[in-house]
Formats: sequence, structure tokens, C-alpha cells
Amino acid sequence: MEIIITIIKIIVVLGVMLGCVAYIVLLERRLSAGIQNRIGPNRVGWQGLLQPIADVMKLVFKEDIVPTKANRFIHDLAPIISIGVAMTTFAVIPFGDRINLFGYDIKLQIADVNIGILYILALTSLGVYGLTLSGWSSNSKYPLLGGIRSSAQMISYELSMGLSIIGVIMIAGSLELDTIVEAQAGWRWNIILQPIGFITFVVAAFAETNRLPFDLPEAEPELVAGYHTEYSGMKFALFYLSEYANMFVASAIITTLFLGGWQVPFVHSLGLPDFWVSVIQVFGFLFKIILIVAFFIIIRWTIPRFRYDQLMNLGWKFMLPIAILNLLITGLIILLI
Amino acid sequence: MLVDYIPVGIMIVFGVAFGLFMMKASEWFGPKNPNEIKQSIYESGMEPIRSARERMSIKYYMVAMLFIIFDIEVVFMYPWAVNFRQLGMFGLIEMFIFVAILMAGFVYVWKKGALKWD
Repeated sequence: MEIIITIIKIIVVLGVMLGCVAYIVLLERRLSAGIQNRIGPNRVGWQGLLQPIADVMKLVFKEDIVPTKANRFIHDLAPIISIGVAMTTFAVIPFGDRINLFGYDIKLQIADVNIGILYILALTSLGVYGLTLSGWSSNSKYPLLGGIRSSAQMISYELSMGLSIIGVIMIAGSLELDTIVEAQAGWRWNIILQPIGFITFVVAAFAETNRLPFDLPEAEPELVAGYHTEYSGMKFALFYLSEYANMFVASAIITTLFLGGWQVPFVHSLGLPDFWVSVIQVFGFLFKIILIVAFFIIIRWTIPRFRYDQLMNLGWKFMLPIAILNLLITGLIILLI
Repeated sequence: MLVDYIPVGIMIVFGVAFGLFMMKASEWFGPKNPNEIKQSIYESGMEPIRSARERMSIKYYMVAMLFIIFDIEVVFMYPWAVNFRQLGMFGLIEMFIFVAILMAGFVYVWKKGALKWD
């Protein structure tokens, strides 16, 4: 029975996630159009709501072009790694409290692992492989440059990412994401207790997901399309999808660690039955994710791209010392209070 | 303990299966009329010059090496952070010493110019 519930949970979560990701793409196109004083896609369905389906249909019926010089096996493998990693990272994130459905007490988290944070860090490191291998296997210069840049960038920012979480772990005293969310009950959100950690984590998350102030791996004016220049059809779509899925997952992680996860303030004082409280918490979690995704998108269309040396200097010479300082200060404050 | 990871395994199977299916989709549904020019690599419309299997700047390797060194230090801090409240002041002072040694290495790397990008 457990296994069946788990499989149902996985299917529902992946379905919601892919649906959200498809509409995040549309949200990005509409928001960017608004920022640039254009209209954006609004023809397919009401306000362009069917646009993601049209895009997928178009890409499915495109030719799959593989350069003759490319390493065929790795060329095929890279998009699978990218999307697989982006989707599996969500496994440990709690998206709600317990809920009672049809007589079963269901925990709204796919895998209740006791080292949730380490799992997330491990999988985000694996994400580097997708980009680097795609760049290398194409045997072409632009993808190679994009792949190498992305590996150097992602491993540099992983340091400050790992360091900025340590403050949160010290406050909660656990690596379990569940405990971390419960430690933020009411208004004790980590964004208030850990403002520096929050900022460093968000900046590192931008770099890890290759979003605009740090999108050197696919900088259009210099590298055409970066690591996925030689991809077409659904393989290209997989990279595109995994980029947005990464953004979605990164927002979910930010929400879980710093914005109280599925906690919705004051919901217990409304006197609703337990079932509706859980439903409101799940939607509260989704709402927070969408807000952060919108923040990601607005940043992309308002801030210019960094130069590569600026990116590396920021990561190594600024973020790393700041994150270590934050960790020591947090320790002092916890002990003195 | 290991039972906790079964859902993760199922999730990985689902993710990879989704990736495989999507990847094969355009092979199944898309048109197939390859020709030599279409399958050559993209180089802004020029004839490709030499191959892409060439040597890269040493800096990237340097960054990768520094990453491994510093990332291991970061991993050491996780168990410390979990047990922080039990360790108390003793643990904090120990961490100050640890960070001081780490920073000595960091400053050395910085002064040696390993982090310089120009």
C-alpha cells in the first residue's frame, strides 16, 4: 500500500511540477513582453494559455539533428541527465503537512530522508554533468565554451551555496527539511533570522540555475546558444524544460529553507477543519514558489549580464568570505542569546 | 534507513523514463532527411576550422581543484552545525580555529593569483 501511495504522490507531484514549469515559460514570455512594452504570445487560447501545448507539439514534430562529428551516446545522454536531476531533486522537499485522504494519513513529502539538505546539494552538483557533457559531446566550439564555463561557474557558486545553508542548519539543529520547516512556525522565518544567508543563497541559486545576471554558459551574443547550440527538437526542449524545472526547484528550496516552507501564518486561528488547513498550506507553498519564480524572471529582464571575471570574483572573493562570516556571527548570536 | 530511499529510486526511474521518452519522441515523430551540411557543426555559417578537442585555459582546472579543496571543508562543517547547540562555546571556538586555518589557505591562494581572471 505504501508503495502505491508513493507512486501516486510521485505522479501527482511530477504532473503539477511539469504543468507549473510549462506555465512558467509562458509567464516569463508574457512578463518579459510587459517589461519591454510588447504584447507577447496571446493568440493561442485565451491570453495565450494554450501556448505551451502548441510549443511542445511544434517541437515534437521537428527533425532531430545530430552532428556527424558528435559523440552520439553522450549527446543523447546529456539531456536525460539534465531533466532527470532537475525532476528528482524535488523528492525530499516537503510540500505540506500530513493530510487525511480517503482514510489514509498521507505525509506530503515524497521521500522523508534524514539528510535532506545533503541530498539536495548532491543532486545540484550532478546537474553540472548534463551541461558539461552536452557541451563536450557536440564537438563544436560554442557548446564546448558554454559547457566549460558552466562547470566552472556552478562549482564556484556551490561553495557559497553550501556555506549559506549552514546558518539555517544551526538554527534548526537538523539536516531534515521537515524539522527545518517546523522550526519556522509562525513568523520565525529564516529570512528574518538569516538575512545574509538568504541573500547569498539567492545569488548562488541564480548562478546555479544559469539565470540572467549569471547566464554566461548560454550568453547569446557571444556563444549563440551555449551548451545546447547543437541540439534540436525535443532534446532542445528537454534542456529548456530542465532550465525552468531547475528554477522551480530552486524556488522551492528557497521557500523551504528561508520562507517558512508550507507554513501559512494565522491559518490555524481560522478554525477550519484539518483537511482544509492542509490544502491551504499546499497552495500557500505553491504561491510562495510562484512569487520567487516571478522574482527570478523580473531580475532576468532588468539586470545586465556579468562579465566572466566579475562573476568569478564575486563568487570567490566576495560571496565565500561573506558566507563564512555569516556562519561565525550566527554561531556567536545563538550562543549569546 | 535504506527504506527511506525507495521513493527516491522510484522518482529517479520516473525522471529518466520521462527524459528517454521525450528524447525519442522527435526521433519517432519528426521528419528524417539528413544531409551533410545540416549535420555539420554550427560555426556561424563558416566552414568549421580545426576541431573542438583542443586545450582549455588552465584557469578552469585551477577552479576545479580549488573547489574540491574548499568543498570538503564545507562538508566538515555540516555535522558541526547539526550538533552546534550541544557543543556550545567549545564548538564555536574550535570552528574559529578551523576557519582561521581555512582562511590562511584561502588568502594564500588569493595572493598567489589563482583566483585572477584576466
